[in-house]
Amino acid sequence: MSANTTLEPAANPRASLFRRLPVVSHFNKSVGLQRFMLVVGLVLTGIFLLTALAAPLLAPYGFAQLSDADGSFPTQQAPGGKHLLGTTVGGYDVLSRVIWGTQTALLVIIVAVVLSIFAGVILGLVSGYIGGWLDRILVVVADAIYAFPSLLVAIVMAIVISGGQSSLFGGILAAAISITVVFIPQYFRVIRAETIRLKAEPFVESAKVVGASNIRIMTRHIYRNATRTLPLIFTLNASESILTLAGLGFLGFGIEPSSAAEWGFDLNKALADTTSGIWWTGLFPGLAIVWTVLGLTLVGESINDLNDPRLRGRKRSGRKAAAGAPATPAAPAAATGSGAETESSNP
Amino acid sequence: MTSLIDAPPSDADALLPPKKKQAGGGLGQYILVRFLLIFPTILILVTMVFFLMRITGDPITAAMGGRLPPEQLQERIHAAGYDRPLLVQYFEYLGQLVTGNFGTTLSDNRKVTEMLTTYGAATLELSINAIIVALLVGIPLGMVAAHRRDHLPDAVLRILAILFYATPVFFAGMLLKLVFSVWLGWLPVAGRAGTRTELSLTALEAPTGIYWLDALRSGNMAAFSDVMSHAVLPALALGLLTAGVFLRLVRTNVIGTLGKDYVEAGRSRGVSEFRLVTKHAYKPALIPIITVMGLQIAVLLGGAVLTETTFEWKGLGFQLANYLTARDFVAVQGIVVLLAVIVAVTNFIVDIIAALIDPRVRY
Repeated sequence: MSANTTLEPAANPRASLFRRLPVVSHFNKSVGLQRFMLVVGLVLTGIFLLTALAAPLLAPYGFAQLSDADGSFPTQQAPGGKHLLGTTVGGYDVLSRVIWGTQTALLVIIVAVVLSIFAGVILGLVSGYIGGWLDRILVVVADAIYAFPSLLVAIVMAIVISGGQSSLFGGILAAAISITVVFIPQYFRVIRAETIRLKAEPFVESAKVVGASNIRIMTRHIYRNATRTLPLIFTLNASESILTLAGLGFLGFGIEPSSAAEWGFDLNKALADTTSGIWWTGLFPGLAIVWTVLGLTLVGESINDLNDPRLRGRKRSGRKAAAGAPATPAAPAAATGSGAETESSNP
Repeated sequence: MTSLIDAPPSDADALLPPKKKQAGGGLGQYILVRFLLIFPTILILVTMVFFLMRITGDPITAAMGGRLPPEQLQERIHAAGYDRPLLVQYFEYLGQLVTGNFGTTLSDNRKVTEMLTTYGAATLELSINAIIVALLVGIPLGMVAAHRRDHLPDAVLRILAILFYATPVFFAGMLLKLVFSVWLGWLPVAGRAGTRTELSLTALEAPTGIYWLDALRSGNMAAFSDVMSHAVLPALALGLLTAGVFLRLVRTNVIGTLGKDYVEAGRSRGVSEFRLVTKHAYKPALIPIITVMGLQIAVLLGGAVLTETTFEWKGLGFQLANYLTARDFVAVQGIVVLLAVIVAVTNFIVDIIAALIDPRVRY
């Protein structure tokens, strides 16, 4: 089955460590358009990261600042002059909020993805390795959550965590945990499928014969092998978590403007401005979201395509041979990245 | 929001009891087992939503807390039975659900079922419009991209597909509104229809609630064009999001089938390249699209919540946002449960269609 296409060694094992790093090895494999997309993605993501790190230096004002030495900021002022991108209806400086928003986004990505990898990997390992009724229950629960609109799951979690109120302290954490719950099933599925496959491998059997404990087999033998596809899901989830955060913010579950800058919340406030032709309050936060998601998605997509030999671009001379690529109905699953998941449908 | 990991096949198969080798048959059994699996899925979601929402407290305190004196609050909590053990309430709630009683909303005191049917039609209309846009845009463009693989059109379309995905629906909606409604003044800013149309449509006998259908049935062409002009922008905003997914999917699958021997054979017989793409390679590539369409329903419903809020489209999503702001968790729970049922049933139907088309799914 197509499941193992993503598991080919990422690079020549004898190459230097640097050349074997995920993104670097993918860069070396890429040609033409694919390399272009990867590079554009890396540049966009790089600028996002740099902005987040240097936000205090770059932003002309604080994200919650309403006045400076000359007095209060005007409200809904058009871009130009002291406020390069204008001011909002509440009197915030749009540029500053866009820049500070990168920090919020980055924090939420990190917390959400780290938490969901942590929980998803553990659950997937245990469920796949132990099997039995525990496995069945976890699969049904994960499937139920997975099938459900992720934004609604995040909304329910946001209600639970913050009671629907965005408090000063918990804003970022609440958003991150809400998003985590959406992602756990994804990691769970991938890791579980891999674990089930690896469980039958001879090296696991030998470890058992030698007398290794179950925990040791799980943590050393299976874990190392099962987590190879994670970088891909990581990049895709990072972009999705930005979208979910923005969606939550847009529905009013965001973070109060006084505690952090959040693009979705700003877009919500800008919605009413649009009708009266005030475009700058919504356009720039929106572009910031598109910029970040686009960057992360381009990187994730490129890695995905480069991992799949059938989708990898090839130099012109090689095209003829490529035409004979296999095309089973299962192709889309492999083509869309989580090839390993096809495992579960034919155990 | 959407996931780019589009189409993981349902894990349901993994749950089925070890299959006995039945050569060829077993479709009936497959459908039965798959049907029975709907119920645990819904039950799990209902259970999770119920307990998660109650961890934070009872709905009445959430909705009215601070606005009523404590004694009165206590009285209302007691009257509604929210001071009883959680498990008792849970089983009572399940019992009510089975009989189709979703309770009464706290903020505007309506039957939840009535609220669901009123606004559900609007959401259904939006979803249908969006799917039409997605199919009209996604499939032809996907075929073009596959046909011109690795050339400029393919490159542009692939980047376009990613751009569709990267743009949140509410931002896309806002831009569309700004350009077409505010600056150009071509289309209405928000809502489902003008006031007069809305009145004439609700006055109809047994309205379906789907406005363009009602307008067509009444033969009122002015109302029909009014409804359509309101429908364009929301359908575009939500449809383009899904169009990107369809584009990528059609492209990948058509590229796959274009490499098959029978396509090569067609080519050698002199079948035109256009016909090869649109007829020979496209049809077999449709099967996975059906599966993904089912999964897209969840994405679509999530997107509908945001689209409706952007365009003040008075459907379930718009109401959900309102009830969230009002902290009316009884209503929220009702909407979430309804969506869970819709998603579970859609996935069931899609699985069955996939099994009917491709016997390998149910082996």
